[in-house]
Formats: sequence, C-alpha cells, structure tokens
Amino acid sequence: MKIDRRDVLVSGASAAALGILPWAALAQDAEPAKTLDELIAEFTGGVEATEGEGITLDAPEIAENGNTVPISVEAEGASEILVLAPGNPVLPVATFKFGELAGKRAASTRIRLAQTQDVTAVAKLADGKFVRTAANVKVTIGGCGG
Amino acid sequence: MISRREMLQLGLAGSAALTGLGFSNLPRAFAQQALTQDQLLQFEDFGNLTLIHLTDCHAHLRPVWFREPDTNIGVGDAKGRAPHVVGEAFQKMFGITPGSPEAYALTWPDFADLARTYGRMGGFDRIATVVKAIRAARPASILLDGGDTWHGSYTSLKTRGEDMVRVMNLLGAQAMTAHWEFTFGTERVQELMEMMDQPLLGANIFDAEWDEPAFEPSKIFETGGLRVGVVGQAFPYTPIANPGWMFPEYSFGIREERMQQVVDELRAEGVDLVVCLSHNGFDVDHQMASRVKGIDVILSGHTHDAIPEPVVVGDTIIIASGSHGKFVSRVDLDVRDGKMMGFRHKLIPIFSDVIQPDPDMASLIEEIRAPYKTDLEEVIGKTEGLLYRRGNFNGSWDDLICDALLSERDAEIALSPGVRWGASVLPGDITREDIHSVTSMTYGQVYRSEMSGEMLKTIMEDVADNIFNADPYYQQGGDMVRVGGLGYSIDPYAGMGSRISGMTLLKDGSPVDPARNYVVAGWASVNEGTEGPQIWDLVENHIRAQGTVSPAPNNSITVTGD
Repeated sequence: MKIDRRDVLVSGASAAALGILPWAALAQDAEPAKTLDELIAEFTGGVEATEGEGITLDAPEIAENGNTVPISVEAEGASEILVLAPGNPVLPVATFKFGELAGKRAASTRIRLAQTQDVTAVAKLADGKFVRTAANVKVTIGGCGG
Repeated sequence: MISRREMLQLGLAGSAALTGLGFSNLPRAFAQQALTQDQLLQFEDFGNLTLIHLTDCHAHLRPVWFREPDTNIGVGDAKGRAPHVVGEAFQKMFGITPGSPEAYALTWPDFADLARTYGRMGGFDRIATVVKAIRAARPASILLDGGDTWHGSYTSLKTRGEDMVRVMNLLGAQAMTAHWEFTFGTERVQELMEMMDQPLLGANIFDAEWDEPAFEPSKIFETGGLRVGVVGQAFPYTPIANPGWMFPEYSFGIREERMQQVVDELRAEGVDLVVCLSHNGFDVDHQMASRVKGIDVILSGHTHDAIPEPVVVGDTIIIASGSHGKFVSRVDLDVRDGKMMGFRHKLIPIFSDVIQPDPDMASLIEEIRAPYKTDLEEVIGKTEGLLYRRGNFNGSWDDLICDALLSERDAEIALSPGVRWGASVLPGDITREDIHSVTSMTYGQVYRSEMSGEMLKTIMEDVADNIFNADPYYQQGGDMVRVGGLGYSIDPYAGMGSRISGMTLLKDGSPVDPARNYVVAGWASVNEGTEGPQIWDLVENHIRAQGTVSPAPNNSITVTGD
C-alpha cells in the first residue's frame, strides 16, 4: 500500500488531537509544570534514551509563522513517539501511537511555538529501547532581508 | 576530481596584464583606451559546456555606480573567508593592485575617484553584448538568472516587473529563481510567469496548505550532447524577511533534504551535470555544498558578493556573481562520463564605457523608459559627498534616509531596513531615479508609532541574530537595520540577545530606557495594513527642502568583539 503525504498528514493531525487532550486535562489540574527531563523520564520509565540514530525530526530552521509550524517525525519500528516543546508554557505537544499494522512509523502535524526552542522527539522502539532527537526552531520578528 | 591546476584564467579580465599597466593615476580617457572590450571578453575556451550566470540585478537596466562594502563581517566558520573580506585585505587576497580597474569594481577604497576614472558599470545593453559574444564562442551554453530581477527600480515598480520579464526574454535567459519577485504578490507572479520564456524554478517553494511542491523544482537542458540538470532554490526566508501576507499560498525554507532528493532524482535520470541556481546567500550555499551530495556547481545569489575565483567545497564549486548588473560570470566546464572533470572561470566586469551596447537591447530599454523619462531624470537636489548603502551598518544613503524619516515625520528614532540593494550616487546631482534605486518596493509606506526601549532592543537583537548567527542556516542575509537618532554598540560574535549594548538617544545623549516609549518612524514593515506616505516621496521632499545634502561620517555605531 502506498501512503502519500496527504494521508500521513491527515492521520498525523488526528493522532495529534488524541495526544493533546489528556495533557490539556493535566494542565487544568494546575499541577506544577513538569520539566523536559521529567516528562521524558515518565515516557521512558526512567530508561536512558539514546541521542540521534533511529529517529528523525524534520522542522524548519526558522518558523515562517510561530502559530503553525510544520513538523514531521519518523522512527522505524516505533510504537510511540512523544513530541515536546520545551519553550512553550505547556511542554507536551503530542504522543503518536502506532499499531502493529502501521505501514510507516511517521507523522506530520503543525504545532504552535511560543519562542525559539529545541523541539524534542522521543521514540519507543519495538525492542523497548528509546531514541531521542531535537531540532532548533527559531521564532523571529523578521522584516529586514534584502 | 577538480585539480587546482584547472583553475586557470582566474580573476578579472587578464588581471596580471592590466594591473601591470598601473591605471590608477591615468586620466579617464587613457584608462578607457587601454581597457578594451576584447580584453574584458578574452577567454581561452575550455571543456565542452559554458554556464553564464547573472544575479541580483534589482531591475537596474542602465549602468550604475555601486560601491562594494567596507564592512562584511563573517561569523563562525565564515570568519576571514571570502566574501567576508573587504577593501585592502580583499585586494591582497586576490592579488589586485590598488587603483586598478579590478580594485574599483570589487572593493571600496577611493571609490568616488576611481568611479570618475573607470565610469559606471552594468547596463543590460552591455550585458547583452557580453552574453552574445560568449554564446557565439560557445554554442553549448546555458544562461541562468539567479533572481531579484523584477524588483528595485522606478520602471520595475511602475510596470510591476513586466519591464524585466521583457528584458530577460530578449536576453534569452533559460531559467530563473526568485526572492523579491514575490513582493509583487502571488497573482502578479503568476501573470508574469505566463509572459516568461523561461521557467521559474524553486525546489524549496511549497504549497503552504498541503506542504507539497508548488513550483517546478528543476529542468534538464540538452546541449552539446550533454544533459544538464538545473535545480532552482528560491530565497528560503522570503515570507519572513518580506511580507508573507502578499503570497500566503507559499511556504519556503532551506529544506536541505528536499534539495538532496531533487539532486538524487536528477542523478537517477542520468544527467551529466547538476547545477544549483540558488538564492540562498553565500554562507548558506557554502554549508549546503558541504552537506548535500551530488551538486557540481552552485550559482550563488542573494548576498550580492562578487568573488573573482570559484570557491571549492568538496567536489562542488560555488560561483558568486555580484549584483546590480556589474558582473557576468562565465564558467567553462569539462564534463565527461557524467562527471565534472575541470573548470575555468571569469567574473567579467561590465565596464559600461568600454563594452559596446547591443542595439536591440538598447532600444528595448529606451522604449521601457520613454513614458517615464522626464520623471526619472528630474534633479531633486545635490550631494556634496558620496551616497552609498552597502555594508553591515549604516551607509551615507541610509543616514540621509533616516534623517528624512526623523524630520519629515517628527520622530525621535528612525528605522530603515538593512537591504543590500541600491546604487551609489557620486557628488553632484541626485535624480528621482537615484532615490527609487534605494527605496523602490511594493510596501514602502512610512509608519510612525511608539515603541518601548525594550521593544527597540528586541528588534535590534532579532535582526542582528538573523545576520550574525554562527549557523549559516539561520542567516537571512541582508545587513543590520539602519538607525537614525540612535547610537549603539554591537558585538556580532556574541549570542542571541547579548550583541547590542549602550543604546543611546542621540538628541540628548540619554541611555535608552527600556520602560519609556519612543516615537519611531520607519518603512518597509512586513505587517499588513501599514499606513503612511511612500518612502520615496518622503525622501524626495527632504532632499528638496535641503537643496544640497552633506553626508558626514556616522560615528554613533561601535562594533566590538573579535
């Protein structure tokens, strides 16, 4: 089966919506905000996630519009991918969950970024290991190029 | 593989022979007599393919004065590397004799004096002569336009870019890429594309809604038994540096993986050579050359650098062909078995008093200018000193524009965009055409508003980081925002948020208070709905009121750090 970019985008967007809801509820409970490290530790169950290999996070170097920044994540064999925006008031952006029949462990969505930051993704792989990566996205005023 | 041995015939116009003659103290007529069209075009044919590149003419149809920068700071790996070398250091790096034609064309020292000796440069009727001569010598050739072609002059604004499409069609450009073209708006870009004889290539221009390619990414040219793949790369930060609301359908970005994908596809098609026609800016191209595999030649535009030798990065050569029609690059290549085996290059300076105008192009330019002739040539005032813009910080043109903003809009502080386009004016008359050369744009309204000291600092830090970020992929090109009524210190090598210090209100010498509001006038806002008079009218009124302007050195900006 051929999955085209639009299908991935649509599936990605719905996955994002699912991922966001529980976190929104959390925020309303007014618990103290968790740090990036705490959220990752929660996701991995304390297992150290290795940097780089096995996961890609595609994002623009400079956001054209901080309110809607296109990102894509992919990790072969992943069952879950967590996306965090450490520079946002609420860090968790989405958790994408992939079933065993998912043809490609990839998702695309658009996220809102409050400021320049290292958007971070962590994937849980089939063998129980975790991998992580980050992409620096700059949010700028713009206006003087020539 | 490319050997250094193949880099013959470097530099300008047989530089050794010319500089040996010592032009600097000769009267203009003699200099021109000694400098001939044949010398400028002299080139020992090499290999089996020629690329002809011009870029960033900013719609300057006629020859111009254009002073190259006295400050062009490189950060990170680019420090001290061409094009981040200026003046005497540049002359030394490329073996150029002070006062020579090359020194005049490529560096700033003694600019006004040398300009009187060697005359204006550029002009599309002269460019047409050069292109025709190269094509006559090299039937297997491709003429490529790096963009920033439709914008930047009175006639291009009045004809909404159409004049330049006609000129490029007559010149026979075979592909282009773009940046300022988009400031005419999506609808106009599409109209002009209908009139173009050549494709507008942009592998990195995507549909903003679906994140899918929106423009032709590449084209394969078949010439002299070769198949040459040309990939277009538009300016990655067009919707950020310019008003994105004018072309909301499109998203840009560097999109390095996309570039690799398009190059791989061309290679899979079996092309003999891959050329990237780029509007990335030089440092971005340098980094891209080191990371994307399979590009043979990058024809680099956007940052207006004129470099007399190709810059070699791995197996890729980067060609930087200057701006405003001052230069045309000729790149001869030896392509065999799907590989670039060698190259020979010349950055041909378009000395307008030496190169014969092409009659067909000359008459098209005359036809384009005829309806506006009186307006273009009207003398608005005089200047006692050289007016120029290019350089990382305020030039004398910008100081004059900032003075106009302060006085005409009764402001405490003026902000003027750090664009790199706009011709110089020698002491003497200032015409309306000269004013449009440094102000023409589709969003030239001058705003007047209040900004807190904190906001001003944020803006200046933000602009500085877009120029001096140590990672080229975060650089947008352009120069520092020009300021009037404000002094400051800058350390370009510092990090985001800590480059700017010592901000001072010049009218009373007081430090800028983060909490106080200041009355600020500026132009070229990227925000929709900006209201105010057009910048060219305001500058014209100011110069008229002054009669004669006297540019003074700007001592209110201090550059620190190393």
